[in-house]
Amino acid sequence: MEFKANDRKKGCDTPKMKEMIRLVGITKEFDHTTIIPPLDLTINDGEFVTLLGPSGCGKTTILRMIAGLEHPTTGHIYLDDEDVTSLAPYKRNVNMVFQHYALFPHMTVEENIRFGLMMKKVPREEQDNRINQVLYLTQLEDLRYRKPQQMSGGQQQRVAIARAVVNNPKVLLLDEPLGALDYKLRKKMQLELKNLQRGLGITFIYVTHDQEEALTMSDRVIIVNGGRIEQDDPPARIYQYPKSQFAANFIGENNFFAIEGDDQHLLAVRPQYIEVSDEKEEPEDSSRAPFYYGSVVEILFTGTIDKVYIRLDNTNQMVTAYQYYDDKKRWKADDRVAIRWKTEDAVKVTK
Amino acid sequence: MKRGKLLVVPAMGWLSLFFALPLLIVVVVSFASRTAYGQVVFNWTLANYIRFFEPLYMTIFATTIVTALGTTLLTFAMGYPVAYTIAMILPKKWQQAGIILVMIPFWINFLIRSFAWVIILRSQGVVNTILLHLGLIQKPLTLLYNDAAVLLGMVYALLPFMVLPIYVSLEQMDKRLLEAASDLGAPPVTAFRRITLPLTMPGVAAGSILVFISSLGMFVVPDIMGGAKSALIGNIIQNQFLAARDWPFGSALSIILALLALVMILLYYKALQAQKGGQAHAKNLA
Ligand SMILES: Nc1ncnc2c1ncn2[C@@H]1O[C@H](COP(=O)(O)OP(=O)(O)OP(=O)(O)O)[C@@H](O)[C@H]1O
Ligand SMILES: [Mg+2]
Repeated sequence: MEFKANDRKKGCDTPKMKEMIRLVGITKEFDHTTIIPPLDLTINDGEFVTLLGPSGCGKTTILRMIAGLEHPTTGHIYLDDEDVTSLAPYKRNVNMVFQHYALFPHMTVEENIRFGLMMKKVPREEQDNRINQVLYLTQLEDLRYRKPQQMSGGQQQRVAIARAVVNNPKVLLLDEPLGALDYKLRKKMQLELKNLQRGLGITFIYVTHDQEEALTMSDRVIIVNGGRIEQDDPPARIYQYPKSQFAANFIGENNFFAIEGDDQHLLAVRPQYIEVSDEKEEPEDSSRAPFYYGSVVEILFTGTIDKVYIRLDNTNQMVTAYQYYDDKKRWKADDRVAIRWKTEDAVKVTK
Repeated sequence: MKRGKLLVVPAMGWLSLFFALPLLIVVVVSFASRTAYGQVVFNWTLANYIRFFEPLYMTIFATTIVTALGTTLLTFAMGYPVAYTIAMILPKKWQQAGIILVMIPFWINFLIRSFAWVIILRSQGVVNTILLHLGLIQKPLTLLYNDAAVLLGMVYALLPFMVLPIYVSLEQMDKRLLEAASDLGAPPVTAFRRITLPLTMPGVAAGSILVFISSLGMFVVPDIMGGAKSALIGNIIQNQFLAARDWPFGSALSIILALLALVMILLYYKALQAQKGGQAHAKNLA
């Protein structure tokens, strides 16, 4: 993909990063209900930031405020050092891929994509070039004369992406842009979007429910809970060092164990770090304490691994462990087992 | 199944008795002629239809068409902003009230409403009295009994038929499309021109057909507000039945008018079908 040369560079390459978006003390109320409590967030130029959080936590609302479609109740929004808090959406150099696509039903795919370019009075020839590139990128070349209602959900979603991307905005807001695609196409589009973002240096603010997507694509993952930022870290850090029980639970699976004499914190241990052994078997390495006893309740086949569910004797708590196929022993229901983990694999998180 | 079909018998009977039968009678009578005393003689002639092409009636017919077109254009020009205000600008809780306001005139007899205009517009009427008192005019203006008055009366009578279908199509439009347009850089006026207007065209078309067809057959308004000179085809028909006692000619004119309306409805229907058919076709290609 070769859009017009863009002098913006990818944030991570340059040592001193330029700020692209800054939210300062943003709050949002709907009908006197606070959806977003005071929120501060800075996003650098060329960064790929993903908002991850449960349904209704305010992800779309945050994107809409950045796009100008929603007015924050209080606070300020800066876009490339300009205060855009009360600037109309059509004056902001920001484009959004809507969760519900919002394609124009009376226009063909091509006309939908051309709309933004026409509004910006891009010369006709350049319009055609850019449209062709973006149609190629989203694999929509054969559908360019279709109307939205003549296409599948996944095809419509790709039009929504193409329609936003083609404008080459400073910031691209993507609200679950790949949700309707099948696994293969989704993987492919993830790659294309990531390449596009790298190549053009566009700042991406991305919303997804797919944590794998969040971890593989982002420079930064922001976990949102009830409109608050729960944790804001690079993917590896988010995964390895969750700060709170919520974050630890939201990304990947986790087991939580109470810490004696500390009711503020819990120990989080990922299922792949839980070692399962026969109840009577002596631990090879006694440093791998602590350990608990329990019985196997169920084993679930997932493709790559088996998930072993174990109920602990003393707390009645369920623990999940992953079993790989090269493990010596295959567990079955009602087996008596002992579990343990390495101390360094446990993470202390707030409740 | 048999018993289910029986259920439509009352409805069919009602329709045949009060709709199909009178229509059939009108068709038959339109091919008859009349005696000097106004009696209908069935002699299967096309004379009534040929008579329609006499210059006198062609002129009236042309005037009728022009008036109907003018009425349609004016109701559109006034009705769209009204519908837009109700559907897009008024807060949700006031929309219902807005639509009721548009429909309230229907609760009063149309004749009475037309006479109300006479009271307002006649030479000693409300408007002239006020203007005279204010000293803005020296002698009363002729506001009634001309073509403008007829147009005014028609627009007044038919405006709701334009407002309602447009309101419905505005109401049904996905407002989030306007957010998308704005996001893509379209100022409100452009978004209206490129998104709202094209998407509400079906409503505009439906309203236009309703208004156009209704104004073709209108005779009350020209009668009351137009005076003797402003006869439209509706008045001629009424006249044939009530005054001239030439039922066959009146019937023929009615049939011509009905056919015209039918053709327009068919065209509208075809246009809708073409749109849908095109989509279905493209879907089949997928
Ligand atoms: N226009 C509105 N009026 C009232 N409440 C609203 C409005 N828009 C959003 N909300 C509320 O704000 C909260 C956040 O909504 P938002 O759409 O931002 O969630 P989300 O994180 O995008 O959820 P999802 O993952 O399901 O898309 C929800 O509780 C929602 O009901
Ligand atoms: Mg959402």
